Amino acid sequence: MQKTLDLDNFKEEEKTETMPEKSENHNNLEPQENKMESTQTIETPNKEPKKNTKAHELAKKQRDISIAEFFEKNRHLLGFDNKKKALLTTIKEAVDNSLDACEEADILPELIVEIIDMGDDRYRVAIEDNGPGIVKAQIPKIFAKLLYGSKFHTLKQSRGQQGIGISASVMYGQLTTGRPARIISKIGPNHPANEIELKLDTVKNKPLIISQKETQWHKPHGTRIEIDLEGTYISGRQSVDQYIQQTAIINPHVTLIYQPPKGSQIMFVRATEKVPRQAKEIKPHPYGVELGRLMKMLRYTEYRTIQAFLTNEFARVGSGTAKQICENGAILPSTKPKKMTRELAEQLMKGIKETKIINPPADCISPIGHVLLEKGLKKEVNAEFYFSATRPPAVYRGNPFVIEAAIAYGGNMEADKSIEISRFANRVPLLYQQGSCAITKSIAKTNWRSYGLRQSNNSIPIGPCVLIIHMASVWVPFTSEAKEALAHYPEIMKEVRLVIQEIGRELGKYLNKKKRLKKELSKVDYISKYLPHVSGALQEILKLEKDEKLRLEEHLKIILEESRSIKKDELEELKRDFGPKRTRQESELDKIEGLDDVNEEINEDLEDDSAPAVDSTKGGEN
Amino acid sequence: MADEKVSDSIKRVSTNIYTDIIKEKKPEIEMPLRSLSNVTYDEKEGYFKLNNKFKQRTLTAATVKTFAQTLKMMSLSKELVESSDIATKREAYYISKNWGDAGFKAQPESDGVMDDVESMFMVNREQLGFIPEEKGGAVAGRLVVIDKDSDTGKDLRIDCTKFGSGAYSVPISVEHLKFETKAKFILAIETSGMFERLNKHNYWKKSNCILISMGGVPTRALRRFIRRLSDDQNIPVYVFTDGDPYGFLNIYRTLKVGSGNAAHINKYFCVPRAQFIGITTQDILEYKLPTHPLKDVDIKRIKDGVKNDPFVKHHKQWQKALAEMAKLKVRAEQQALAKHGLNFVMSDYLPQKLANQKTWLP
Repeated sequence: MQKTLDLDNFKEEEKTETMPEKSENHNNLEPQENKMESTQTIETPNKEPKKNTKAHELAKKQRDISIAEFFEKNRHLLGFDNKKKALLTTIKEAVDNSLDACEEADILPELIVEIIDMGDDRYRVAIEDNGPGIVKAQIPKIFAKLLYGSKFHTLKQSRGQQGIGISASVMYGQLTTGRPARIISKIGPNHPANEIELKLDTVKNKPLIISQKETQWHKPHGTRIEIDLEGTYISGRQSVDQYIQQTAIINPHVTLIYQPPKGSQIMFVRATEKVPRQAKEIKPHPYGVELGRLMKMLRYTEYRTIQAFLTNEFARVGSGTAKQICENGAILPSTKPKKMTRELAEQLMKGIKETKIINPPADCISPIGHVLLEKGLKKEVNAEFYFSATRPPAVYRGNPFVIEAAIAYGGNMEADKSIEISRFANRVPLLYQQGSCAITKSIAKTNWRSYGLRQSNNSIPIGPCVLIIHMASVWVPFTSEAKEALAHYPEIMKEVRLVIQEIGRELGKYLNKKKRLKKELSKVDYISKYLPHVSGALQEILKLEKDEKLRLEEHLKIILEESRSIKKDELEELKRDFGPKRTRQESELDKIEGLDDVNEEINEDLEDDSAPAVDSTKGGEN
Repeated sequence: MADEKVSDSIKRVSTNIYTDIIKEKKPEIEMPLRSLSNVTYDEKEGYFKLNNKFKQRTLTAATVKTFAQTLKMMSLSKELVESSDIATKREAYYISKNWGDAGFKAQPESDGVMDDVESMFMVNREQLGFIPEEKGGAVAGRLVVIDKDSDTGKDLRIDCTKFGSGAYSVPISVEHLKFETKAKFILAIETSGMFERLNKHNYWKKSNCILISMGGVPTRALRRFIRRLSDDQNIPVYVFTDGDPYGFLNIYRTLKVGSGNAAHINKYFCVPRAQFIGITTQDILEYKLPTHPLKDVDIKRIKDGVKNDPFVKHHKQWQKALAEMAKLKVRAEQQALAKHGLNFVMSDYLPQKLANQKTWLP
């Protein structure tokens, strides 16, 4: 398992600690070994001259803040706001890590997620993967040392932007139940499995090994973690159930076996055997760098001149561009990076802003692709119409990104409710803060009425619909540290709008076609309603036998078939397009907006036609 | 047309439809277009004659309902005629409630289809076995109507001078009536209020006439009654209406030459010899009558009449009368004459109008 700690949850100063591990060995295939790097959340003063000022006393206290206390105070930042969310976050962290690990090792992920109700609001969660496994020595650090992880100053699309990592979950479990986490991991068929029970020393932020032994495990390789924690299990919106389902949709290459605390096991089978292409790491693009980050980079770079710094640490900066930046910022290209003051750094920022730099390369992004996205949706949502689209890469603030979307319409979904929106960032479901997300806003601002859904102004459309929007990017901009909603960058909103338009048009076409079919079918109904009266009246007047009447009806049907606006073969084609499940569709048809009026419309048409000619100047004549 | 013939016509049309269907040809029902645009004013005959514009009702998906209803209505008519029974228009509407999906939602629908059938066979609805709900009008004065006792079949003499403050009521069917009168003219009055006044003061005695209350646009039965009475006894008909476009065009014109909607039967339901002695714009000025401004609908009616009504188009005098009214933009009711005293209408207005033929309109 790879452990990706997302330090950007915290202040810039904290991030600086992650910089210097660039020189680490990258050749090892075991991802968890080469990308780990120690860091400390709580800053400790470097040196303490012995002076008895009030300030120094305060400083001492600051140093004494324990990880546990920090955690307690910042629960909400870490996704443990309440018991309900704690359960979800724990599973999410473990699943994210498992998936990242499998993909980096090019293994088709097969995950088992179990939740066992232990009573008194206590649950045991177990997440098991078929990943590459973790070498014994690394296990304690990965699972029981807070903020142990990797962060490169290069950028890469990864799930690891969620929460604070699995160690936080271990600690949360330990704080609420007092029990250690149990980890089993095996790195290959010829290796023994290691079983370790771990706690976290909350004062020193160090792993505490409670027990460890070699054991037999049926898997050739993989990792299993069990954590006991206090939580609340719910179903429905923002539940683990929903998270698991959405994860299955957005990761069509994953098989998920899910055992909820109640009810039977649910199996989400993969829809493709293809492991997604590994996203490439890229260097940051100058446009995406903020001052603080720039200053860190200047401080830790190994290059001796600004010129070299710019060309080597950034994407799309050649020597010409670097010179241009220096010129625009009024800085000598030969300036030493370590000598750059805050003021000079700001000048450099100005230089970057005023220089034209080409967009970053887009091959660092690994979108799911509209085909697979649709496959994922199809296997989890039973609908009658699916469509998906992937936009070409775009750039916001120097960060390349791709928006893709898929829609499912009809089936058993409720027609009178707002459409269901599933938001994803780098293959991770976003379950909270839907209202403040750029995706939601773009959806509400789109006019869905022209695509056949009901909608009041600037709100989520209504209809039997699931809409999936996925943003893949080296850097996903969240509105807050909770990382649940995308920030409202115009470039992102625009791409979301464009992808919605793309799939909306197709939905509109489909619904139109359906409406026509409905109209045709009700016309057929309409005709067959009155035909017996035509033949019946003729029977009365001409005193016909019953079989003569029936014969008349047969002929009438043939005559009227020809007179319809839509020809028979076209009607057959329409019916074919709507598949064999016609009965269900017809009931669905009633729910389509505007269709209620179709019958009336037809009746009106007909009655207009039948209205007797009326003399406009006639009086109340009898 | 004899009853036998109506039922035969229905069978003939139905057989044609039947044959078309068997041949898988779209069956078609043809009927004259009933509107002012399809009539000409025949001065010699004195009424609106039907032109030869027809409307076809072809059986298609869109017309199948009306088509079925038309056939059902024909079937009902045939049944009525063959059993010598009758149904009122309202009853016919209720009978349609047995037709299931093909039933009418409201009476205007069934009336419309009935008019269609009527014109299809160029007969009046009484001949199809359908009768209207309302009766004709009220009659008082020097007239004896000879009707038949429905039990004994014997003649029944009705003296219209003997109704006191009441009046004789014109029946729905008037074809069998005979008349005896020595009156000099018939006075057809728009409102029953004015009729009551003239009747109460025995105006018919003073001027030796027959008073008839039309109560708005005269019904078919009343039009036929006046026509038969005036033809039979060869006496003139004077029409006394309000001075407004409705009185001119809807009441007077319909009485005299018929309507667009009933164009196929105008021949029977018109009174070509009728003359207009109602209130004109000229009268409004001369008698200084109190007036009301013309409403939008009145102005529209004048424009429509001048543009589309073949009767108005034929008579320059009417065009002039309408133009004068449009110019003055006012109208006056019959009762406005009361300004000069309640009996002014009897003592001054009518005698003066009747005496001066130049004030009449054709």
